[in-house]
Amino acid sequence: MNQISPELAKKLTLAVEKMPAFPKSVQKILELTRNLDCEPKQLVQVIEKDPVMTVKILRVLNSAYYNLPSKITSVNHSVVFLGFNTIKNLALSIASVGILPKYNAAGFDIQHYLLHSLTTAGIAKSLAGKLGGADPMDCYIAGLLHDFGKVVFAQFMPDEFNQAMQKSRSENISLHVAESQVIGVDHTVVGSMLAEKWQFPQTLIDCIRNHHSADSGEGGMWASVYAANQISKKLSFGDSGNPCIETLPPAVCNYFGGDIDEIIASLRDLPKIVEEAQLFSQVGADA
Amino acid sequence: MKIRFWGVRGSIPSPGPNTVKYGGNTTCIEIRTDDNELIILDAGTGIFALSQALLKEMPVAANVFITHTHWDHIQGLPFFIPIFIPGNTLRLHGAFDPVSGRGIEQIMEVQLQYSYFPVREAEMKAKIEYETLMPGQSVQIGSATITPTLLNHPVINFGYRIDCNGKSVFFTGDHEPYYNIYAPGDEGYEEYRMLIEDKEKSIIEAMRGVDVLIADSSYTTGEYPSKKGWGHGTFDSSIAMAKKAGARIVYCTHHEPTRNDEALEREFEKVLALHPREGCGPECRLAREGEEIEI
Repeated sequence: MNQISPELAKKLTLAVEKMPAFPKSVQKILELTRNLDCEPKQLVQVIEKDPVMTVKILRVLNSAYYNLPSKITSVNHSVVFLGFNTIKNLALSIASVGILPKYNAAGFDIQHYLLHSLTTAGIAKSLAGKLGGADPMDCYIAGLLHDFGKVVFAQFMPDEFNQAMQKSRSENISLHVAESQVIGVDHTVVGSMLAEKWQFPQTLIDCIRNHHSADSGEGGMWASVYAANQISKKLSFGDSGNPCIETLPPAVCNYFGGDIDEIIASLRDLPKIVEEAQLFSQVGADA
Repeated sequence: MKIRFWGVRGSIPSPGPNTVKYGGNTTCIEIRTDDNELIILDAGTGIFALSQALLKEMPVAANVFITHTHWDHIQGLPFFIPIFIPGNTLRLHGAFDPVSGRGIEQIMEVQLQYSYFPVREAEMKAKIEYETLMPGQSVQIGSATITPTLLNHPVINFGYRIDCNGKSVFFTGDHEPYYNIYAPGDEGYEEYRMLIEDKEKSIIEAMRGVDVLIADSSYTTGEYPSKKGWGHGTFDSSIAMAKKAGARIVYCTHHEPTRNDEALEREFEKVLALHPREGCGPECRLAREGEEIEI
């Protein structure tokens, strides 16, 4: 099991093409682009906070049409390559698709999902900054996209995903395990399959694929995203739909020289990461 | 290789007594290889006069390379007379547009809509072919190799390098030198600076050692700050690029539509005074409609 059928792969890939972005970024993009003097960096900051916007733009950039010498995960990079106005109009066309509904048939809260993704991204970036060797912005993007498969499930296989979430809660098993049992494939497989189809860099594909795998993962990017995901859940930043917090594998702890509590204690910029993520996901006390 | 300018004006045609010397037509450059193959860079209004000249040598096989799809670079296409005559071939090359999700085939279609032009593409008698190109991937036209490079403009813009029997020319189309979207001290500043540096290096490599560089030089350095982000270069930026790339001659083109002949020469004199020719450095010229050079 845990292999995706070609039919399902095709169906999900096509479905994501029409997938709308998150409410706050759509609103911000429309607001910023009404002004002809829209500041490029403000637009980049909005795109980078939305997993749907980010994948759609990186997908264009990494497509065969542009034959880039290396695969790209940075939105800044996309502005340099395709030009600001093209990125702006791409963002606008994504915004015009509509917004992801807050309430979906799966009962998966997309704003809490976004808060979980944004905090995972921010923490992964911060952890990578401590390591050296792993590019902090690549880790940010990997954190932002690590659970992309879940939002795809919620949108396009809501009944099955709902069952998996219920099973995960009632049996207290990790959501990816429940997904495998109910759907036959988990979100790491779907997320990495999409990333591969979009010709994203191999490190990003592997990182999405292995963010629950204690054995198969390797490298600073993997360790940063693995740890950040568990930290975000442990501190209840948003909700990934998964009630289980996994113990960090020794390989991850070795990277950071401590267990999850020690890593958390070392994260000085945590309040800032959380505050920014809450503001954008529209979840939390001050949002 | 022969190069002839049929349109050197930017943005909008600017005919009249004040632009007689440099010309009012928008971008179109004819290139003839040593074997007389016909390559046309951009299809601004200048292509109309070129197309009339071509009627003497039918059947015509025209290889048009579009730098980008803004009006001033495509507007003459429906008036390229050989497309109405059987036996001729028009082969259009250009970039994929990520916003419309379409290749170069859309440039005819958008212009030939019922409300805007009386003839449909199906009614044009010549053979019309389209080839959407990828940056860095060369195409061969007879004895010439044409290589597109992605440059910086508010729409996807290819600069084209044409190599033929050891001679070479690079045309930028419209290009603005990259600038950092972050302020010094911003978190993204350093990353962006490095990205720009890499991209600039790759562009200079793409135009390395050309005999002729034809570059978008719309503005003076003084005018530029109020035009930042519009996607155009300056006289100074074009000359700097030519120096870095080791070009032999640089033609400044895409003349500002409000700049009359006298003003154009006056501004260019000032620029030349600031950039006296050093040793084997590039010779700087103003592109002029009707001018032909052989290299």
